[in-house]
Amino acid sequence: MAANPKFMNEKAVNFKLNGKDMEAYGDETILQAAKRNDIEIPHLCYKEGYRPDGNCRACMVEIDGERVLAPSCCRQPTEGMTVNSDNERAQLSQKMVLELLLSDMPQQGKSPYKLNSELDYWAAKLKVYNPRFEQREQPKPDLSHPAIAVNLDACIQCTRCVRACREEQVNDVIGLAFRGKHAEIIFDMAEPMGESTCVACGECVQACPTGALMPAKNVGLIEPDKKVESVCPYCGVGCFLTYNVKNNHIQYVEGRDGPANKSRLCVKGRYGFDYVHHPDRLTKPLIRREGAEKTPALIDPLEVHKYFREASWEEALDLAANGLKDIRDNKGSQALAGFGCAKGSNEEAYLVQKLVRTGFGTNNVDHCTRLCHASSVAALLETIGSGAVSNQVADGSEAEVIIVIGSRPNDNHPVAATFIKNATDRGSKLILIEPYGSEMYLHAEHLLQLRPGTDVLLLNAMMHTIITENLQNQKFIDEHTDGIEALIETVLKYSPEEVAPICAIPPETIKQVARLYATANTAIIFWGMGISQHVHGTDNARCLISLALMTGQIGRPSTGLHPLRGQNNVQGTSDVGLIPMVYPDYQPVSDPAIRAKFEKLWGTDLDPHPGKTVVEIMHAIHDGDLDGLYIMGENPAMSDPNLNHAREALATLEHCVVQDIFFTETCSYADVILPASAFPEKTGTFTNTDRRVQMGRQAIDPPGDARQDLWIIQEIANRIGLEWDYQGAEDVFAEIRLAIPSMAGITWDRLEQEDTLTYPLKKEGDPGEPIIFKDGIFPTEDGKGRFVPAEYIGAAELPDSEFPYVFVTGRQLEHWHTGTMTRHSRVLDALEPGPCVMINPKDLAKFSLKTGDILVIESRRGRIAATTRADEHMLEGVVMMPFTFSEAAANLITNESLDPFGKIPEFKYCAVKLNKGTRASDQISRKNKRATDIHST
Amino acid sequence: MKRTRGKKGRIQGRTTPHKSLAEIRQLLGDAPRTRDMLIEHLHKIQDHYKHISNRHILALSIDMKLPMAEVYETATFYHHFDVLKENEMPPPNKTIRVCESLTCEMFGAKQLTQQLNSEDLDNVRIQSVPCVGRCNAAPVAVVGMNPIESADTTKIKMAIDNNELEATEPNCISYADYKNDGGYQTLIDCVEGKHSQEEIISTLENSNLRGLGGAGFPAGRKWRILSEQPKPKMIAINIDEGEPGTFKDRVYLEQDPHRFIEGTLIAHWAIDAEKIYIYLRDEYAGCRNMLERELKLLKQDPPCDLPEIHLRRGAGAYICGEESAMIESIEGKRGMPRLRPPYVAQVGLFDRPTLEQNMESMHWVRDIIVNGPEWFSKHGRNERKGLRSFSISGRVQKPGVHLAPAGITMQELIDEYCGGMLAGHEFYGYFPGGASGGILPASLSNIPLDFDTLQPYGCFIGSAAIVVLSDKDSAKEMALNAMRFFEDESCGQCTPCRAGTEKAVKLMEKDEWDQLLLEELSTAMVDASICGLGQAAPNPVRCAMKYFPEEFK
Repeated sequence: MAANPKFMNEKAVNFKLNGKDMEAYGDETILQAAKRNDIEIPHLCYKEGYRPDGNCRACMVEIDGERVLAPSCCRQPTEGMTVNSDNERAQLSQKMVLELLLSDMPQQGKSPYKLNSELDYWAAKLKVYNPRFEQREQPKPDLSHPAIAVNLDACIQCTRCVRACREEQVNDVIGLAFRGKHAEIIFDMAEPMGESTCVACGECVQACPTGALMPAKNVGLIEPDKKVESVCPYCGVGCFLTYNVKNNHIQYVEGRDGPANKSRLCVKGRYGFDYVHHPDRLTKPLIRREGAEKTPALIDPLEVHKYFREASWEEALDLAANGLKDIRDNKGSQALAGFGCAKGSNEEAYLVQKLVRTGFGTNNVDHCTRLCHASSVAALLETIGSGAVSNQVADGSEAEVIIVIGSRPNDNHPVAATFIKNATDRGSKLILIEPYGSEMYLHAEHLLQLRPGTDVLLLNAMMHTIITENLQNQKFIDEHTDGIEALIETVLKYSPEEVAPICAIPPETIKQVARLYATANTAIIFWGMGISQHVHGTDNARCLISLALMTGQIGRPSTGLHPLRGQNNVQGTSDVGLIPMVYPDYQPVSDPAIRAKFEKLWGTDLDPHPGKTVVEIMHAIHDGDLDGLYIMGENPAMSDPNLNHAREALATLEHCVVQDIFFTETCSYADVILPASAFPEKTGTFTNTDRRVQMGRQAIDPPGDARQDLWIIQEIANRIGLEWDYQGAEDVFAEIRLAIPSMAGITWDRLEQEDTLTYPLKKEGDPGEPIIFKDGIFPTEDGKGRFVPAEYIGAAELPDSEFPYVFVTGRQLEHWHTGTMTRHSRVLDALEPGPCVMINPKDLAKFSLKTGDILVIESRRGRIAATTRADEHMLEGVVMMPFTFSEAAANLITNESLDPFGKIPEFKYCAVKLNKGTRASDQISRKNKRATDIHST
Repeated sequence: MKRTRGKKGRIQGRTTPHKSLAEIRQLLGDAPRTRDMLIEHLHKIQDHYKHISNRHILALSIDMKLPMAEVYETATFYHHFDVLKENEMPPPNKTIRVCESLTCEMFGAKQLTQQLNSEDLDNVRIQSVPCVGRCNAAPVAVVGMNPIESADTTKIKMAIDNNELEATEPNCISYADYKNDGGYQTLIDCVEGKHSQEEIISTLENSNLRGLGGAGFPAGRKWRILSEQPKPKMIAINIDEGEPGTFKDRVYLEQDPHRFIEGTLIAHWAIDAEKIYIYLRDEYAGCRNMLERELKLLKQDPPCDLPEIHLRRGAGAYICGEESAMIESIEGKRGMPRLRPPYVAQVGLFDRPTLEQNMESMHWVRDIIVNGPEWFSKHGRNERKGLRSFSISGRVQKPGVHLAPAGITMQELIDEYCGGMLAGHEFYGYFPGGASGGILPASLSNIPLDFDTLQPYGCFIGSAAIVVLSDKDSAKEMALNAMRFFEDESCGQCTPCRAGTEKAVKLMEKDEWDQLLLEELSTAMVDASICGLGQAAPNPVRCAMKYFPEEFK
């Protein structure tokens, strides 16, 4: 361990260890100081970063003048202290502890569950073999969980797993029950792990020093032939991880210490990696057979070969490119569009938008940012001039008051949620505002379960309270903002008393929360799709921004605004211009000066008109105005609202190229399917929710004849007349630096070394700016923030007597978006194997149904059937479904009405009717599982 | 409401067990749901349902906003909670707890248990339990909450048949009588300024009063340390008397409860503390009822402004007599000792500086203040100072609590206080300080008994619980009995104690002891255990090997 620079300025304590003079800094313990000086002291219950517990007693040292030995992991040296870790007395105890523990291991020897367990290491180091004691009575294995094997016969009761579960990830599942020799690790109330409330974050597995908790199926016994340091491909938190690879096969994933995750991962990041090895991966280019007509119906993945034939890359690429080129040349550029993907790297996204803009000749390029934070970004750009977060999660979770609104980070940003829970454990006050509650409420000061779609009312009423009680920050308003008068005029129309019955939140609660937020020394607002996915999504975000501006809660450490980004790279793909109205770095395409700049950079004329957004593109196809579509990684046939409409549109395309790793729903409408690379099969940079640009590294080769996406994009580009010669991600990144001034200082080499850099980072060598809007200076023309008042409008489709329920889409911890990855993961699919609709038990009772029965959900646009799950977190009259499941695609139900500013559809509100169903009413045949167990070898 | 995952979760969804929750809410009424009340609430469930089932743990965790695991791990730590596994049958309604600790084993506890097991008792559960604090009347069995002294099957069956399951309240000096006899005047004098805090602390220092729970830390010095700590400060009184052989606290409590309460309130005033917590072992059910009543009377007619006084109930865990484990238990957690530093005086109950004292220590405060420090310190033999309350049991004519000068020898105690050995018994050896204080042979019956005097012999006086062995007893067997006790009572936190006691028992159950290995293990247990339990557990085994070699031939 290198000297911790954190301590270097602190006064050193001088002490003597094993006769050697040394220094300890800050709150360093004897063990830490010893480690830093390369003196090894055995230890098992101690794990760096965790609270030391001092229970294993392997690290005992003799301190002169003390009656008994002391645990070096818990003791800090004092000036002049004399310590011995290697004399006879200390070693006797250290060895005896190891011997006692070893005697209770299976076969009284090396861990049969893990290679080089920590106990094995120390036992060998201290030459403790053949314990002289009898073995304890051993517990039985618990193999009830698909991801984690529990073999407590190797447990040493060190409680690292307990601390992992309760103090690190704060999932509160693991306990140490019973006492004495019966002391045992338990889950909830001593239930099998697979039936407990365990969320399978795997932190306990990572913490276990002996292998008593291990990934299932004994992968811990495989010696990887390489370890690849990368980042997680799922959400925007941007966790660091390590791929453990043997024979081009990812065996298991470990959390790695990164600024956004401190080695933590969630179930998806840790166990959801094996989709890459799924036998259903596309490995050969496919071309639609002649005469295989497109219809709006999905193609069963089992019948792919009825509709498609394999082709060479040469043939497939020619066909793909020529189809696009023909449309451009014959019908004009505006008849073409391209979708990129927020799962792709910055480099891929950059090339996709460049391909569309310079190759297709149109700005019709968009991606799923449209479906997530488009309205947030619209509001942020309009009011404070930047769409990015002001503070990073790690910094935000130091705040005194934390508001989480329209977001359930426990499910969607699980690792970020752990830091918020850590904060509440330290005394921060958490305010949750969300119609669909989550376990986070256990840590919250206030849970405001408001009626869906009433955010503007609630937020205006909070601002009403702040104004009427004179809690606003007048100095900040005067110096750093514009337009408060209009805002006051608006919010004064929304008293807490008046909005309370509509929001279903007591007026006093609204006032308390407003006061808490306004008067806090530090306060941050995290928000998610519950804010953005409404026809009034931009208004929702405007209100949040106004709230921050009027209280001056922005531009300081732990104080600001943080729209939690959904996809691992939605920040980056937006930054590099995968958006129809802006070039890289949010520079408007309609601005002639900017356009000129990019025409120079790219050496070609550019379309001066903003392009169409995702849903607008679907409408244009429907209207016959758009004939060719290139889709890299997106799955609009699952992710778009009102899927019947979207699928009909897709089926009418003259030419559709889909580039993906599986035969997605969207592939049903393709003419050419190009087998692409999964996340661990390529190298690139990814920008997390915190504006951290991070390095994802290739760990394995793509399967079969699948190719890396950068190569595919470039091959298409060159076939439609562009002359590109990028030699890899590094080359592309160099060009991105030219296009994006705020990233100009980030070099590939430095990223390779440091793995993560935060922009704005304009000049090489700069440290980056984790907090922006410092001192209340905003990147707007006059440097001021703007208040944009918002009046309440209802959802586009309100419940009525025919469609009396509110239908909301949401997410599940175990699944990701349209399920392309997670439904191909053994563990994740085992944990949540099918579509389910969350419903309040009282509503369920109205249909005389119980959990597990079938409910038919019908809106004006579509009809699906799903298994019910009683959930008291749901409000009565509201049902929620994840949009992951092809066999019951929630987006068949949703409404495509758009927010006028962000052009984001209203996924979070539409009217449905519910009917009791039967298994037979589940008309769409279940996705046929060919999940031959890929771990079985 | 918490969602269970896996198949069970897909079947159950996220729902509240409304019936169980209603039962819990009914049972707990408006009692506070703060974290520290967890054990008190578990007692209510155990008392009412005679067991604790998972459905009630779930409901309690919902009601208290605690993780299920936290409730479960706490409940299963304490032996007086019958936590049922899923689908496990509840235990029989009536429980007979037969004490199997040192003195009771000497007086036939094992045979008693065997006899009880051979009787066909309906709906009765028989448990072997550690010391219940009535060693002067061994063997002892507790039927429900009702202790049966000098127990035999006839007495026990009678109690069962007559449904005598409750403890009888001791006949103590009541609040009124205590006050009429000048009680609480010393406290009033203090509060009214007739004494200064400094004066009282000095008096205590000069009296040579030491902590009588076992550690013997000078009480006056402790008060001084606490008086210098930042506010708010806490007071915790330890009546978790569990050291096998010890029953002095119970005897004083049964006779004169207000004496220690007054002492405690004086301490509260002297160090300017905030709240008082009294932790009473669950085995003393009669005392609990009495103390609840007397505290209520005190609060109804207080002699002066009273602080909050909380009476907390142990739940069957010897380790909670350890000062930091007791604090954990008062906080509603598993009774696992804390690592020191920091010391309880700095970071104690609810992380506040805490004065923790044994009940008997507080018992003497009033007399010391009224009579002056010399009243206490003038006693003593062999250059030792003060009085010690010896709990004496075993093979003597007059077992019981004997108040004798500090420094008295074993022989003097037998001759002067105990009326000699029982007929037909020849003095063979003795535990000078309960199970953890070690065993001394008759040949060492002339050494002064006090704090600090027995260390050279590998023993300590601790709570002054003396178990007298005769030629009918075996030191080897008693050492095994003691080690089994420590094995059962180890909290399980640290390896040397959790695994060490278990391995030691296995080694000691063999006819031939591996003495070298036991000695090596003992060294590590003493050196490396977190608390006094593991550090002292090897004392009897080492003494047996050292002082009674003929038993190993």
